Amino acid sequence: MCLAIPGKVIDIDSAVALARIDYNGLAKTASTMLMPEVQAGDYVLVHAGFIIQIIDEQYGRDLSELTRELGLL
Amino acid sequence: MNSLAEQKKIRQLTDYISHTLPRPCTIMEVCGTHTMSIARWGIRSLLPPELRLISGPGCPVCVTDTATIAEALALASMPGVIFTCFGDMLRVPAGDQSLAQLRTEGHDIRIVLSPLDALELAVDNPGRQVVFFAVGFETTAPLTAAVAESARMRGVTNFTMLTAHKTMPAAIAALLPGSAVDALLCPGHVAAVTGSEAFAFIPRGLGKPAVVSGFEPLDILVAIAYLVRDLASNKATLTNCYPRVVGGAGNTTALNMLQKVFRPCAAVWRGLGKIADSGLYLRSAYADFDARQRFQIFAADLTDNPACRCGKVLRGEIAPYDCPLFGGACTPERPAGACMVSSEGSCAAAYQYGRSNPYA
Ligand code: SF4
Repeated sequence: MCLAIPGKVIDIDSAVALARIDYNGLAKTASTMLMPEVQAGDYVLVHAGFIIQIIDEQYGRDLSELTRELGLL
Repeated sequence: MNSLAEQKKIRQLTDYISHTLPRPCTIMEVCGTHTMSIARWGIRSLLPPELRLISGPGCPVCVTDTATIAEALALASMPGVIFTCFGDMLRVPAGDQSLAQLRTEGHDIRIVLSPLDALELAVDNPGRQVVFFAVGFETTAPLTAAVAESARMRGVTNFTMLTAHKTMPAAIAALLPGSAVDALLCPGHVAAVTGSEAFAFIPRGLGKPAVVSGFEPLDILVAIAYLVRDLASNKATLTNCYPRVVGGAGNTTALNMLQKVFRPCAAVWRGLGKIADSGLYLRSAYADFDARQRFQIFAADLTDNPACRCGKVLRGEIAPYDCPLFGGACTPERPAGACMVSSEGSCAAAYQYGRSNPYA
């Protein structure tokens, strides 16, 4: 139920605080009310119709840094 | 989980965990999405048997207590009401009833994917009263708050909410001391809103290591490796292993909205009982949207199946398999307890992904 799904912002209609989000080819709208600074092109996390965070798409970098700190490569 | 590079990483991490684990340890996760990911990817089968992964009270559907479900049933039975809820809430059993059953009896109960849809339903049906059953943790509560604020700004008068939101920190603080839990895997999507700092009290106040973790198999293994490293060196730190989504301070717009609309209150958790400051109540400025104030609710005094062990499962004291009803009288098709309803419930995840993943 707390599932949050990643998608990419296509465009934003700021008059109604709604963004169109592309989920791997499927477009749906989500509210920008809780993340007004979001911009077209951002990767975001959407939960129950609201954008709740902007994702820094650096999974590989994160993982390498974290594992390097453990002494693993 | 297929690429060679990924498999190599997984091997490295599981070797690290096996070699570093200092003694038999128990790690608890408190997020339904972790529960499901761990079961689905068979993470337990990759870990040494001395490392137990248990689930705590991390599924909002599961922790909603029977008295609150009884209030929902009473509201949903009222003439003229359109009762709206997330799909998972429909089948939570309370006594011998559920919202799903009321719906088959003809009451107007509708599933919504977002609380915004419930508000739109109210706008589209001015002659009806629309009630939204607002459950969920800090990930979801700001959404409810935003919808209450929208309803106020748009002057919608036929929309109310039955709120049963819960907040994680107080529940963790109540559960951890004296439990068998050595370290905590913190919920990544809650932390996306609250910020990782909201979990700093676990090492600082409770002296146990904690990590904020994402949901991919590698995310979870990295997070476990950090916990094991702390356990081996007798340290308690908080590590944010999900930095691509979680910052220290979280989503301040969402947190401000939450503060504006809700105040902390005591809440009753299934399995944990009443915990001070672990729930959210609408502030008086938003009382117009409080279903408990708009309607006189005659909730029945419902009792759960006495054989159900959901409370012990939610406290991490037993594995789902240890419940006498598991897989027999209680299955996802016919749930006898709340933990079997949502796919993120511990019992449902254990049932769906089978015994091949050693639970304990
Ligand atoms: S198997 Fe069913 S009844 Fe038993 S603890 Fe799990 S949900 Fe509750």
